[in-house]
Amino acid sequence: MKKELKARRGYDGWLLILPLVLVLVPFFIVPIIGVVAASFVQSDGFGGIIPSFTLENYKNVLTSQLTYQLYWETLKFTFFAWFFSLLIGFWIAYFLVFHVRNPLLALGLFLLCTVPFWTSNIIRMISWIPLLGKEGLINSALVGVHVVDRPLDILLFSSLAVIIAYVHQLTIFMIVPIFNSMARIDKRTIEAARDAGASRSEIVRLIVLPMCKTGIALGSIFVISIVMGDFFVVKVMSGGGSASVVGAFYEDIGVLQYPSAAASATILTIIVSLLVVAILSTVDIRKELRR
Amino acid sequence: MTASAFSTDDVEPARARRKQALAPSTGGRPWTFYVLATVFTLYIIALYGPMICIYILSFQDVRGGLVFPMRGTSLHWFIDLFTQVRTGDVKGAFSRSIRLAVIVTVITVVISFMSGLAFRKRFPGDRFVFYMMIGSLVAPGLVLGIGIGLICNALGIDATWYGTALGAQLSWTLPFGVLVMFAVMSRFNSAWEEAARDLGASSWQVTILVIVPILAPGLVAVALFGFTLSYDEFARTLLTAGSLNTLPLEIWSMTLNVTSPSLYALGTVTTLVSFIIIGVCLGTIARMQRRRARGPAAH
Repeated sequence: MKKELKARRGYDGWLLILPLVLVLVPFFIVPIIGVVAASFVQSDGFGGIIPSFTLENYKNVLTSQLTYQLYWETLKFTFFAWFFSLLIGFWIAYFLVFHVRNPLLALGLFLLCTVPFWTSNIIRMISWIPLLGKEGLINSALVGVHVVDRPLDILLFSSLAVIIAYVHQLTIFMIVPIFNSMARIDKRTIEAARDAGASRSEIVRLIVLPMCKTGIALGSIFVISIVMGDFFVVKVMSGGGSASVVGAFYEDIGVLQYPSAAASATILTIIVSLLVVAILSTVDIRKELRR
Repeated sequence: MTASAFSTDDVEPARARRKQALAPSTGGRPWTFYVLATVFTLYIIALYGPMICIYILSFQDVRGGLVFPMRGTSLHWFIDLFTQVRTGDVKGAFSRSIRLAVIVTVITVVISFMSGLAFRKRFPGDRFVFYMMIGSLVAPGLVLGIGIGLICNALGIDATWYGTALGAQLSWTLPFGVLVMFAVMSRFNSAWEEAARDLGASSWQVTILVIVPILAPGLVAVALFGFTLSYDEFARTLLTAGSLNTLPLEIWSMTLNVTSPSLYALGTVTTLVSFIIIGVCLGTIARMQRRRARGPAAH
């Protein structure tokens, strides 16, 4: 009787989850399988494929010096974007949770941080042009107060501009989950630590940081997967000076080289998945979400 | 450094320490407050400053350029945007993007709600579905785009903004929607549901008359995510929208070709739409919460 009830419940659960599965299977699982399959066939050079198994695409990608340069570049951007968004995100969340006393004000300031998330990323990226450009506000100001003689070239269309644009877009992905974890820390834990004689830095290091590990992990997954999968920020903000892994296989698509693009895409997907799995293995995200 | 921090605290009188312990709620601000308040202010300036610059620059007159100083004020570039052929089919892209976002929003709210209900209890394969969702969230957008393109080629289906692009966007908005539902559901007290069931409500009645009204603010939040994520989606739409562009694709091609303030004007218009949506959604949530706070007497 009880077993029957349990089985019925499982059946109900499947009925409710079915629509989600019916979207994700054709638009996530099948396309990924499609990309992997296409990476093992030959191109006829005219946008078509020759249906015979080959490892040539992988051999070309993995023996090319360019591939390693691209990954080095992309991983460099990923690291800097991750590092700065974590640094800023952590302290913004800390400020909102532990320093703003009025909870309504804290919520208001939190919303102020999140509003740009709901606006266009591309527009937020190009909005740096009037600031960072050669005749932009920052250069005019620097020249104006005689810090530099001539406008700096490295502000726009450089690696610096790429990192600024990433941090500008992605810090929000750190703030929200870290804020969420921090808000759940019982304030009495911190008072107890103070009573026991812990210093401010010890409280942050030994209590706050470990207790928002899940938030940091969630934020890191977002930032890393978005930067690894990006190509338009690099393309626009570096002014063509830097390339990215995705940018390279987008160009392959442009010249109809589907199989080699598919091989690069498969390798990238494997690397991103491994990074995500590595981060997920350090925390139990489902437990945090259900708490 | 740790050792010295310890020893100074140890010699500190107990009363002083107690005062520090109460600091989060009363008394003077610690120095870290001022440092972090400065960091926060700078962050907000860096967050909004650049956006505000392009809104201002979009109101220049015909002599306008991409950088300051402002050259005159007019609506020239807004008119230019919607009348010139050079800037592409902005009007069409705009209406497609809005229509697509509305469709995505409706589907996202319904499916996220159902999935949220499903995930409350364990069901066979729930772990698999959960990780499939996370996978869909973190998969590089362009990789999915290539995949969908290849499958369409193989099956002989044409890529369209209301077909393939719709599905591609759902693979991005649904995981977000379900994650928001997790947060909403964790605050849901199932005693209400049980009470309704004890009073003889059918499961359909429980859903429509109890669960949906209680979760309404959360569902509005899901709608906000659905609309804005679809409206601004780029990477997944790029290879799946077919021959007719959505707005972000139009903006993308403009960033590569157009070097006039039209680009900024488009930025102003599209951000205005986003702000209206955000305002309506947050306003609705706030109104619902206020009505709820007033209690049952108000009903």
